[in-house]
Amino acid sequence: MKKPTRSGNLGLSRRSLVKGSASLAALTALGGFPQVLRAQGAAVKVGVLHPVTGAIAFAGTQARIGAEMAIEEINKAGGIKSLGGAKIEPVFGDTQGKPEIAATEVDRMANEGIVALIGSFASSNTLATTQAAAKHGIPCIVDVAVSDKIVGRGLDNVFRFSPGFGKCSEDALNNLVKINTVAGGIAKTVTIIHEDSLFGSGLAGLLNKRLPDFGFEVIETIAHATPTRDFGNVVTKLRATKPDLIVPANYYNEYVLLARTMLQQRVEAKAVYSVLGGAASNYRFVQEHPKAAQYIMDCNHWADPRKDGTKALRAKVEATGKFFTYEIPMNYDCLHLCADALERAASADRAAVKSALAATNWKGMIMPYQAVEFDETGQNIHALPVNTQIIGDDIQIIFPEELATAEAVYPMPARG
Amino acid sequence: MLDPILLWSGLINGLLQGSIYALVALGLTLIYGVLHIINFAHGSLLMLAMYGVFLLFTNFGIDPYAALPILVIGMFALGYGLQRVLIGRASHGRDENILLVTLGISIVIENLALFFFQGDTRTIDVPYAFDSIEIAGVFVAIPRLIAFGAALLIAALLWLMIQRSDVGRAIRAVAKEKQGARLVGINVDHIYAVSYGIGIACLGAAACLLMPTYLVYPTVGHAFVLIAFTVVVLGGMGSFPGALLGGLLIGLCESFGGLFLGESFGQIGIFLVFIAVLLFRPSGLLGARV
Repeated sequence: MKKPTRSGNLGLSRRSLVKGSASLAALTALGGFPQVLRAQGAAVKVGVLHPVTGAIAFAGTQARIGAEMAIEEINKAGGIKSLGGAKIEPVFGDTQGKPEIAATEVDRMANEGIVALIGSFASSNTLATTQAAAKHGIPCIVDVAVSDKIVGRGLDNVFRFSPGFGKCSEDALNNLVKINTVAGGIAKTVTIIHEDSLFGSGLAGLLNKRLPDFGFEVIETIAHATPTRDFGNVVTKLRATKPDLIVPANYYNEYVLLARTMLQQRVEAKAVYSVLGGAASNYRFVQEHPKAAQYIMDCNHWADPRKDGTKALRAKVEATGKFFTYEIPMNYDCLHLCADALERAASADRAAVKSALAATNWKGMIMPYQAVEFDETGQNIHALPVNTQIIGDDIQIIFPEELATAEAVYPMPARG
Repeated sequence: MLDPILLWSGLINGLLQGSIYALVALGLTLIYGVLHIINFAHGSLLMLAMYGVFLLFTNFGIDPYAALPILVIGMFALGYGLQRVLIGRASHGRDENILLVTLGISIVIENLALFFFQGDTRTIDVPYAFDSIEIAGVFVAIPRLIAFGAALLIAALLWLMIQRSDVGRAIRAVAKEKQGARLVGINVDHIYAVSYGIGIACLGAAACLLMPTYLVYPTVGHAFVLIAFTVVVLGGMGSFPGALLGGLLIGLCESFGGLFLGESFGQIGIFLVFIAVLLFRPSGLLGARV
């Protein structure tokens, strides 16, 4: 396992400086004929930028693991063949979960000569990174960030691999209605608890607008900061509203605290149904707090359990003692997608890679998508979330039917 | 919004959370009162103690409450050693040096934690984590009640020790008049290190009380240390009862701020208090006494 390189350290070793300036000199001398360089298989630098410190460091660290494993695989398999077997050289960065730092990290990475950028998990961070990268003409493969503001700003360098808010919440609502109808329409009222940055507020706003269309009444929407040290009051408020459904939208730490406080205060509901819930699809949560996690449903990104690639990656991740959370397969796929684009571009030129990405039709992913194809906004049109539920000590897929590994437990039994 | 149950819950949660803030702040205020430095390493040492509780629990199955004496003694030793070997020596008697040394220590500890534990969030699952009792309609987790009681008890014991014991008298003497204390035969370097050690030992206790219901990650200290600074300023730099009162007040302020202004906006209350105290009562509620 490679140690995460901290940002802010001098990322430039003497060797890479020499290599960088050498290739720069060669490029200038050759005036647009970089093929000669390729014959030697000079490494292609790819930026991998995630929040590996700060309040959402857990997710960021997981994301980086997925990227590292993919890079290791790609390089072991002979690198980028159309570039003479060029190896992918990751340039790691840390957003610290803060948009302003995310943007400066992109500038640093641009100076180090990255060809493409993968990241950066959080929506607020990714808004900043994609914009900063646009200045430098760097194509960005967006791994997770779900805010729909990320695509559709007219930036031609943004390619989002994963589904956005809109898609996730539509699917989540449709599936919720199906689950609820099968059980006889027992749930009618909803309380939403969300964190107050772009991710949580955006989602809460959307759900507030759409839930009534599906026949649910939103009785209370509670916002909280990240980090929040105590959920006592939030849960007391929640108890007072007595909703049928509790819909949390928060990052990992707050999700865990919230779930534990709900159990401490004996909150009962028909279901805890999260959309992109921070911990609801996380094995660490399941293992460390099986009781608080039990029966929580989530609509989230999830790797296709039927694919061999998923099984192999999961085994590899678990062998290192890490949890196989969704950030890992998503970044793993993003790196392979990047390699595919580099292969087709046959060039380490940012514009060429960008055009190659725009023309992508790739099917090698382990996520349950049919393919990766980007529309004019840069959104992967095949991206979709699945529904999961924590049952026993495992996370099962309960929707869509063709991927389901278990039946939904709904309404959830008293957990007391 | 003004549901009496909510107000009652706000009061309880505020006091419970405030007691932990007070305990963290006690150490900070003691170190300030005696050494006249702001201990920037406070947050990262709290984080270190929390990882200590985590490791003792996961590796040896030691319950966080049983780990309390281990952590308190261990953190005291660490604090004593840090002051004696590192901070005291590197400072060359200049306060601004000490400031930078403690800042440096915090950076080192945080990055070591990042190196060994990555950015991961860790929690422990004790069997009683979800036990709660109902107090007039509000559910309160037992571990948080224990934390409240223990924090008050520790504060009281510490205060007694400072007031009544020989070490306490020596600490007060050094805090008031360093040269004078040295003249009457008090080993000032030793007392400095003891004070720093006690301040850090408070963090060990706080970590044991926090872990059954909270979580730990390398930057967890940040969430507490800013609050602790506010508490110390509010209560009066160097004042023990002030730190206790300040902690409880800040806890209430956060809790009621959250209730009335919304959880995310409510935290602004803490810093409004901070600014207000600096403007109108710079010496804090209970002045500067140790």
